Amino acid sequence: MWEHHELQSTYDVVIVGGGVHGLATAYYLARNHGITNVAVVEKSYIGSGGSGRNTAIVRSNYLTAEGSRFYDRSIKLYERLASDLNFNVMFEQRGHMTLAHNDSSLRTMRWRAEVNKLQGIDSAVISLAEIKKLAPFLDTTERPRYPIVGALWHPPGGIVRHDAVVWGYARAAAALGVHIHQETELVGIDVESDRVVGVQTGRGPVSTSTVINCTAGWASLISAMAGVTLPITTRPLQAAVTEPVKHFLHPVIVSGSLHTYVSQTARGELVFGASVDPFASYSTRGSLEFTTGLASHILELMPAVENMRLLRQWAGLCDMTPDYGPIIGPTGVDGFYVDVGWGTYGFKAGPVAGESVAAMIASGHRAS
Amino acid sequence: MLVIICPNCGPRNDNEFSFQGEIIPRPSVDTDPAIWRRYLYMKSNTSGWQKERWFHVSGCRRFLDIERNNVTNEIRLVAEVGGDPRE
Repeated sequence: MWEHHELQSTYDVVIVGGGVHGLATAYYLARNHGITNVAVVEKSYIGSGGSGRNTAIVRSNYLTAEGSRFYDRSIKLYERLASDLNFNVMFEQRGHMTLAHNDSSLRTMRWRAEVNKLQGIDSAVISLAEIKKLAPFLDTTERPRYPIVGALWHPPGGIVRHDAVVWGYARAAAALGVHIHQETELVGIDVESDRVVGVQTGRGPVSTSTVINCTAGWASLISAMAGVTLPITTRPLQAAVTEPVKHFLHPVIVSGSLHTYVSQTARGELVFGASVDPFASYSTRGSLEFTTGLASHILELMPAVENMRLLRQWAGLCDMTPDYGPIIGPTGVDGFYVDVGWGTYGFKAGPVAGESVAAMIASGHRAS
Repeated sequence: MLVIICPNCGPRNDNEFSFQGEIIPRPSVDTDPAIWRRYLYMKSNTSGWQKERWFHVSGCRRFLDIERNNVTNEIRLVAEVGGDPRE
């Protein structure tokens, strides 16, 4: 889908990380700002990190006005991404339902719904009867330990084929002249008097005035190469998928209290996710503790799936910041930018982050 | 699942413990806010062997200093931190 290039000795911009964020940044740099002498360096294959490991959920029903607007822009970009990239990203706006199991979550949901509505985002608190209609397989009785009492319903939310987003951005960026270098590990960033002058890669040195760190999992280690320290702790987040069955679950279901979310893919598999692991780690191994906990929570929500079998489980690395907010912008080193610390929200923000970072680079870009 | 050999309780599963994060020397109380900020948030987040603190919350309720390889989850040293946290 894209050409293989020799690594040039110089690029205007070097983007570290061939995931959704890095490739989207490259695409918008080229398309919106005409900056095409760009290299994306990826130590493995594109989409091998968080971009291919997330649970592919998109939503914009955040609690703050700024958060809602930001993620709403991402949804708008996702809505027309397939035609922009001429690549089917299989975005299905099936609706996103966050369950409340107690009065206090219901109260926060009412607050969220009002904030969202003021930003023009479709979001409302719904009753048990409506939940039942939208997702008949949920146990809405009094049986569970934490019965469902209501939900926040967000129709524009949904799921995207995450690999397709990666491939689509890569193909479109490459067609505009961006060089995508897979199996090209960044091993150093050359800084002279607080200014980026180049990078060292596994395939040789590159001179450049602009480096953008678009990685997850390794964001703090790559920033350290430029002498920049970030308030980040890396934690794994585990997910799992079942065997495929006939379509029965339309919306994306989330339960904050039970630390789980579930959606059914176009192929029919149920995809489950959780919160981050209880201790920091760079390991992407799964744990039995996760699957047993997940199963017990899912059976509380949907007892009907008790005979379904898990096919596989995996983990991705999340760069957690103290306030769970991302770190985007210039650093103390001139020419070294970061788009990192996305924690568990990176995938849904991919398009808007790419667009914003590209605009930031273009506005302050030093032509070589 | 990680098994941590607690010096007081023996081998126990990690879900008995609460992870407190990597050990960074604590500055004195009257130091300036920038140093406090570095202590609280600017972790080295190393990939590999790391010294970190755990709390045996569902066991002896002692704080433990552990050396763990956070890539392989191998543990090579567990030692109790001096003093009883309940005092």
